[in-house]
Amino acid sequence: MRKRIYLDYAATTPVDPKVLEKMFPYFSEKFGNTMSLHSFGREAKDSLEESRKVIAGLMGAEPEEVIFTGSATESNNLALKGIAFLNQEKGNHIIISPIEHPCIIETARFLETQGFEVAWLKVDKYGLVNPNDIKKLIKKNTILVSVMHANNEIGTVEPIEEIGKICKEKGVYFHTDATQSFGKIPIDVNKMNIDLLTANSHKMYGPKGAACLFIRKGIKISPILHGGGHESGLRSSTINIPAIVGFAEACRICKKVMKKESKRLVKLRNKLIKGVLEKIPNSHLNGHPEKRLPNNANFWFSFIEGESLVFELDSYRIAASTGSACSSEKLEPSHVLLAIGLEPKEAHGSLRLSLGRWTTEKEINIVLDVLPEIITRLRKISPFKRNL
Amino acid sequence: MYTKKVLKHFRKPYNYGKIRNPDGIGKVGNIVCGDVMWLYIKIGKNKIKEEIIKDAKFETFGCVAAIATSSVITNLAKGKTLNEAIKITKDEIVKSLGGLPPIKLHCSVLAVDALLEAIYDYLSKRKREIPQELKIQHQRIQKEKQLIEEKYKEWIEAEEMLQRQ
Repeated sequence: MRKRIYLDYAATTPVDPKVLEKMFPYFSEKFGNTMSLHSFGREAKDSLEESRKVIAGLMGAEPEEVIFTGSATESNNLALKGIAFLNQEKGNHIIISPIEHPCIIETARFLETQGFEVAWLKVDKYGLVNPNDIKKLIKKNTILVSVMHANNEIGTVEPIEEIGKICKEKGVYFHTDATQSFGKIPIDVNKMNIDLLTANSHKMYGPKGAACLFIRKGIKISPILHGGGHESGLRSSTINIPAIVGFAEACRICKKVMKKESKRLVKLRNKLIKGVLEKIPNSHLNGHPEKRLPNNANFWFSFIEGESLVFELDSYRIAASTGSACSSEKLEPSHVLLAIGLEPKEAHGSLRLSLGRWTTEKEINIVLDVLPEIITRLRKISPFKRNL
Repeated sequence: MYTKKVLKHFRKPYNYGKIRNPDGIGKVGNIVCGDVMWLYIKIGKNKIKEEIIKDAKFETFGCVAAIATSSVITNLAKGKTLNEAIKITKDEIVKSLGGLPPIKLHCSVLAVDALLEAIYDYLSKRKREIPQELKIQHQRIQKEKQLIEEKYKEWIEAEEMLQRQ
């Protein structure tokens, strides 16, 4: 049987074998608690600080500006709640993009119930935020703007450098969720005027359970986890050393291969997009044709439903994902696809294919063979089958 | 999440496609998720001259569960008298699929509704007496149908135009 084809790297990535190798000693040999005074503790602490240096380096930050958390969801919660709760005297107004990950959107909604006012931005048909909209929305009592670096569903890369500049001029904190972009495209927190940045390990060939939040020197936030005072008091919890060491190693590798790998992926992705649009009638690309992550392709196909499509692909041993209402727990279409102006019936037939380090041209060719067949089959079952 | 039976019906559905000159068509949609199901029936008679569903086919724009339940209900309906067919429940469908995830139970309701509508369509076109229970169900389904048909207006019109050609 042919090997399975994984095209869901935006959901999570396998751990790079080199990363795994680095992690191994930290489970049973160098297992110490970073807070312990003895040699076990000290060696854990040293590894923690070494890891911090590497990860901070990949975003152009100082090590002491990076604190570790357990997930991107936690980092995003910490960024929004941490800034909001500590700046209540300055203001209660927060600006958020409508295509953020649910862990930003739901946190913002929670803050609304706590007396904060949230202004929701608009995006264009590609999912791009207009920096001028932010300029217009910023008020005297605005304390935070949060716009993601790259969207997890459609891959659109936002103009965060411009947004950062506006926020700096207006004296408003700027947070960006770089979960999908960190390690894939260059990030420089200083050049891009970023005040807070979320990054995470398991989307870049590191293990799950490690993420971080960059907090620019001088910015104070309040913790959401109180306890033993780890991570300068901002995130109490025993440090997950194996995961963090893995995260750091993943960063080292990404830094080394980023340029070459992103070129390779862009080429493969463009081949995939071109092939799909040419071979499949009534197929449409979601997101921006150029301003998108190297590894993201997202389509919608008329007359068929995405969950069926994902299961059909799965039966051909190809892993993908969809923004269809049928695949969501709430039975609602993806908020991202609706925000870029798709109708629910259009979002119904969406498919995300996200490539990664082990994606080959052969695999893309197989997908380009299989996908048109599958879509024809599903359209045969559908009442709507024009142009079959 | 899906049972083997569900996936089997999804991958190799029974009875999909159109019936030429059907005796009844049921067109329904789910206003929550947006799935659409069209069900066609052909009526015949059994040995004791009762009217039965001789053939049933479906066309479904929807998820794995919607396609699998369409496949099952057309199988269940075939050979049944109209009175028996009206009594097919969503539980029967779910049971013959070995269960459905709770969030997908509404798909089985859609399949039942499609069959009811097809039978209603047949009876009303022939100006036949319609059982009270079926009338009530029809009124409920119609309300939901209006909402979904608005959403799919453009696609439905194009498809119906093609069929008339």
